[in-house]
Amino acid sequence: MDDKNFNTDSRRKFLKKLSTGSLIAMSGLGLYSCKNSSDKKTTLLTQEGKLVQVSNSEIEEMEHHGVSPKEAREGIPGQKFVMVVDLAKCKNAKKCINACDKHHNLTPDRPYIKVLEMKDNKKSSPYWMPKKCFHCDNPPCVKVCPVGATYKRTDGIVLIDNERCIGCRFCMAACPYSARVFNWGTPPNESSNISYSPETSVPSKIGTVAKCDFCPDMLRKGKLPHCIPACPNGVIYFGNELDDTVTNGEETVRLSTILREKAGYRYMEELGTKPRVYYLPPVDRLFPFKKDTQENNEL
Amino acid sequence: MKKTALKEQKFESPREKDLLSHLVSTSLKYKLWIALLLLINFVGMYAYYRQVKYGLVVTAMRDYTSWGIYISNFVFFVAISLVGSLFSSILKLNKNEWSRPLIRISEIIAVAAIICASVIIIIDMGRPDRFFYVIKYLRIQSPIIWDVIIISTYLVISILLLYISVLPDIALCRDHLTDIPKWKKKLYRITAINWSNHPKQIEKLKKVSKILAIAVLPVAFAIHTVTSWLFATTWRPGWDSTNLGPYFVSGAFMAGAAVIIFAMYIIRKQLKLKAYITEIHFEKMGRLLVLLSLVYLYFNINEYLGPAFKMVGVEGEHITELFVGSYAPMYWFVQLGGLIFPIIFLLFRYMRKPLPLAIISMFVILGAWFKRFLIVIPSLQHPYLPIQNVDESYLHYNPTWEEWAITISSFASLLLIITILIKLFPVIPLKEAKIESETIVEHNILKNEES
Repeated sequence: MDDKNFNTDSRRKFLKKLSTGSLIAMSGLGLYSCKNSSDKKTTLLTQEGKLVQVSNSEIEEMEHHGVSPKEAREGIPGQKFVMVVDLAKCKNAKKCINACDKHHNLTPDRPYIKVLEMKDNKKSSPYWMPKKCFHCDNPPCVKVCPVGATYKRTDGIVLIDNERCIGCRFCMAACPYSARVFNWGTPPNESSNISYSPETSVPSKIGTVAKCDFCPDMLRKGKLPHCIPACPNGVIYFGNELDDTVTNGEETVRLSTILREKAGYRYMEELGTKPRVYYLPPVDRLFPFKKDTQENNEL
Repeated sequence: MKKTALKEQKFESPREKDLLSHLVSTSLKYKLWIALLLLINFVGMYAYYRQVKYGLVVTAMRDYTSWGIYISNFVFFVAISLVGSLFSSILKLNKNEWSRPLIRISEIIAVAAIICASVIIIIDMGRPDRFFYVIKYLRIQSPIIWDVIIISTYLVISILLLYISVLPDIALCRDHLTDIPKWKKKLYRITAINWSNHPKQIEKLKKVSKILAIAVLPVAFAIHTVTSWLFATTWRPGWDSTNLGPYFVSGAFMAGAAVIIFAMYIIRKQLKLKAYITEIHFEKMGRLLVLLSLVYLYFNINEYLGPAFKMVGVEGEHITELFVGSYAPMYWFVQLGGLIFPIIFLLFRYMRKPLPLAIISMFVILGAWFKRFLIVIPSLQHPYLPIQNVDESYLHYNPTWEEWAITISSFASLLLIITILIKLFPVIPLKEAKIESETIVEHNILKNEES
């Protein structure tokens, strides 16, 4: 990850983070008092679980998820995000799916991530393939959208603005990877009063399309998308292509090296969509292929 | 209207009486028919109300089968709207005099179908409340926008074509029909826009009609080609084909011709127009239908032979599903019942008589509708990546009652628009036909009287 932007933690930034953590505390405990008077203090709960008193003048009104709609369309400057999925390590633990579902408030029947059982031909062995949105550089979905509700950003991410989506589902027909899901009915969290940003994809809205968004809200904080730390086996690597590094949270490797040495490939290169998700072939596997065993299902 | 109406209304000629009497008197049958169509529409509206309230979850569409019968029905309606151009442009410019009495019927069907198609596509939207975003955030790169532009263009041209064809007769209605309610008089007065059969007016009308007849041709081809691009611009098996444009256009002309034949049969019977829509018309339409079906057959072979020969990946799975899989009964009904058998039957003269031809046309229409189902739905069920770990409902597509109700009520709306237009305006040209094809009609009046 490009850490330059995040190492210089200013006081302001600290407070911003503080208020992020305490958002729930504020609304839950009803401590959110008038913030215009500078004398008054507000009790906030820090991420470490301590209660602290902060003068109201120090608290900025937070746009819940940080960025303006304009920034959400443009992308994070100086970044080109890329993902590498090491198929040799995946044992279908489904932890990535659960973490993703939790943070995007999804119901288990329509997750953004799918772990597919793949078998390239009759004789080769089956393997698990975690599949999300490939955030293609030549995205078929973006090309067909009549209103620009789905768009490609400078940082490589393809996002959906579900406040603009008209629900025509042309992007779903156009995506060769079936990455997109639709809010056919009322999504569970639609009525929550979290303010929406395309960067969080929360809350989902009825009659609009949704998909994996690479968690740009986390990336802005210098953190990895939710699915990556959730994986017990370090299957998913993520990073900035411009830095030529990817990390799975524990191990950081050179992108060019790992792709060269492990024969990285992109799924269906022949379609010309230029995905930003690479796969490392399922060779020298960490786990034998086991189909939905008890161990896998208990998660 | 009262039954006495006909007695009070005086007609200047038997021809006027034949062609205008249904404008003056309203039968019970007509009222019941309108009531039935309205009833179907109310059921459809209730289904749509449920869809707006609960979302598209009331349909059987899910993440894989993300387009269903709304879209296939939309394609069908766009297809039959092409028939307007067939008559107002192709047959007219080729000086097929016999087709003149049918121009207005075809234009009425075209206008009604294209209006219904526009409504259906809005019904398919997940967020109809954001319809105007299509203009606000318009992205010209999207094939959907091309479709919106071309459909609205075709709608305008079709309405104009219908209007200029019916204009002299509106003036005639204004001048000759006395025993009609006030609102009807007003309607004719306003819509006749001071038409007085002045030679200058006639000359201008002829000019405009010729310009429109030429202008509608590329638009008509474009409307269905662009609709095919909604599919051809994606990677889905069965859609990822360069053949799709002409395949759609030729299919549309075939379906349109069948719809016209069916409409001719019904109108001829209900309005007692046997002397005006004659057996010769059916004979000619039957031949035209064979020709159009043969063209469609050619593109069908093109569409399926290549993929079926190669059987590559998901494309092969898709073909297998259609030829011998779960869609096979529908597929063979469509290809045999809606295409091959009609071609064979129509080679026989007897089959081109009104009743057999109308029955064959009905099969062609049914086949055309289900063909569009087969174009849209099975393709979506064969993505490149396997469908796994999903709810059972994601694997199949069996339209719900809401979808059927809305689809059936779209047909009811089509018939409603057609019925009302026929009720308001003469369906066979009064003046023009008299001059241009006087002989053919008189010949047939004689023939019918003899038999």
